[in-house]
Amino acid sequence: MERDDLIEYSLHGHHDEAKGKEIRSKIYKVTILLTLITIIEVFIGASIKQSSDWWTTVKIIFILLTLLKAGYIVMVFMHLGDERKYLRNVILIPYFIFVLYLIFIALWEGTAVGKVWETMWQ
Amino acid sequence: MAGHSAQLDAKTLWGGKESPFQTSYGKLMMWFFLVSDALTFSGLLIAYGFTRHNAQDAWPIGEETFNSMPFLGHGYPLLYVALMTFILIVSSVTMVLAVEAGHRMDRKGVTKWMIATVIGGFFFLGSQAWEWSHFIHGSEFGKIELSDGSVAIVKGHFGEINSFTVLEAGKKHKVGAVIKEDLMHQFQHAAELGHLEAGKIHLADGSVAKINKAHDHDMKLIIKKSGKLYQVGGKEIKGKKAEQLYYESLYSGEKNRVIYGANMKQNEYGPQQYAQFFFFITGFHGFHVFSGVIINILILLGVLSGTYHKRGHYEMVEKTGLYWHFVDLVWVFVFTFFYLL
Repeated sequence: MERDDLIEYSLHGHHDEAKGKEIRSKIYKVTILLTLITIIEVFIGASIKQSSDWWTTVKIIFILLTLLKAGYIVMVFMHLGDERKYLRNVILIPYFIFVLYLIFIALWEGTAVGKVWETMWQ
Repeated sequence: MAGHSAQLDAKTLWGGKESPFQTSYGKLMMWFFLVSDALTFSGLLIAYGFTRHNAQDAWPIGEETFNSMPFLGHGYPLLYVALMTFILIVSSVTMVLAVEAGHRMDRKGVTKWMIATVIGGFFFLGSQAWEWSHFIHGSEFGKIELSDGSVAIVKGHFGEINSFTVLEAGKKHKVGAVIKEDLMHQFQHAAELGHLEAGKIHLADGSVAKINKAHDHDMKLIIKKSGKLYQVGGKEIKGKKAEQLYYESLYSGEKNRVIYGANMKQNEYGPQQYAQFFFFITGFHGFHVFSGVIINILILLGVLSGTYHKRGHYEMVEKTGLYWHFVDLVWVFVFTFFYLL
């Protein structure tokens, strides 16, 4: 039996040619941006050595550029930026709670474990 | 993209008749799956960072380890991985174009971009296979244990081995015979077993041969484990001194002084965990790419047979698209944390 109270959300994504053109131009812009970021990363990685005094700065730049890239992929390519606010929060907030906790615990315990390993290998 | 549907107030959204997310069940579940998968990869990468941080200077550096290009040889730090990243980004773009075409019910457009995405996926898988094979086989020099007990990786240009001239006969080769086949393989095998001595090689059949080898150029030793004389993080050993130390160990006649390539027990790049993380993280990601390509092919077949067109929407393309972008997303992080940092 057909139910008439179900809402077909899949149809919400449909749009016309004019809107499509707009979306496509945005996609191309993001593509160029992502490629540029990758080129910059490789250029920095190949030209600045890890022993250099700048390396800590370079590390932070790498992580920021990566997060920027990831943001564009998630928000534009995966359309999360166009979804409802509630959906966005349900996806992002639990993820960040867990990952930030994991990073914290790895850094915190890492120092202690590092000391143990040092004595183990001597 | 539920965003451009009408503005709804909280009462309607949370009243029970509508989905508060304004999204279909399938897409929502794909997102939840991706969150759990993202946590898995985060765990792996954080474990990698943790181990790496503890190992300090002994850990290999990306630009030293990955500096080869197919057909071109060595001396191209990170270029190949950057190319792989670019391939994956492009295939992500073709996927998002397929999704966009689907929103306009443009079946031809979806087909075109889905085919492009599948091709991009195969290119990436091929690149990864090459990368793995290169990683497993290793360099010509390998990693060497020096006479003072320190361990060094070796950079430079390896002089080609032209032939072996047999000096003492064995079961197979006669005196004076010139061997021209499989030289590098036999050389490395003998080096690992300690069957080399001052320009001579003991072959598997018991014969002894002279190694006719061109000179090495620009040899450089980078210490990865401290010994009595040379320390990790100390000055690089270059030129004549490097050659002397390297060949002293190589011709020492001792077993396991040199390691070529990588396996699950040891590798020529750095600590044992390094290769294990490499195999596991890039392998796990590669497996995701592989299954992504398979799923993309199945969806492409669905597009070709008109299943989704009859259904009235191409949401299946959007859902696989989410997975495919996720694979790209993971690679962006692997690229940074494994190769750049």
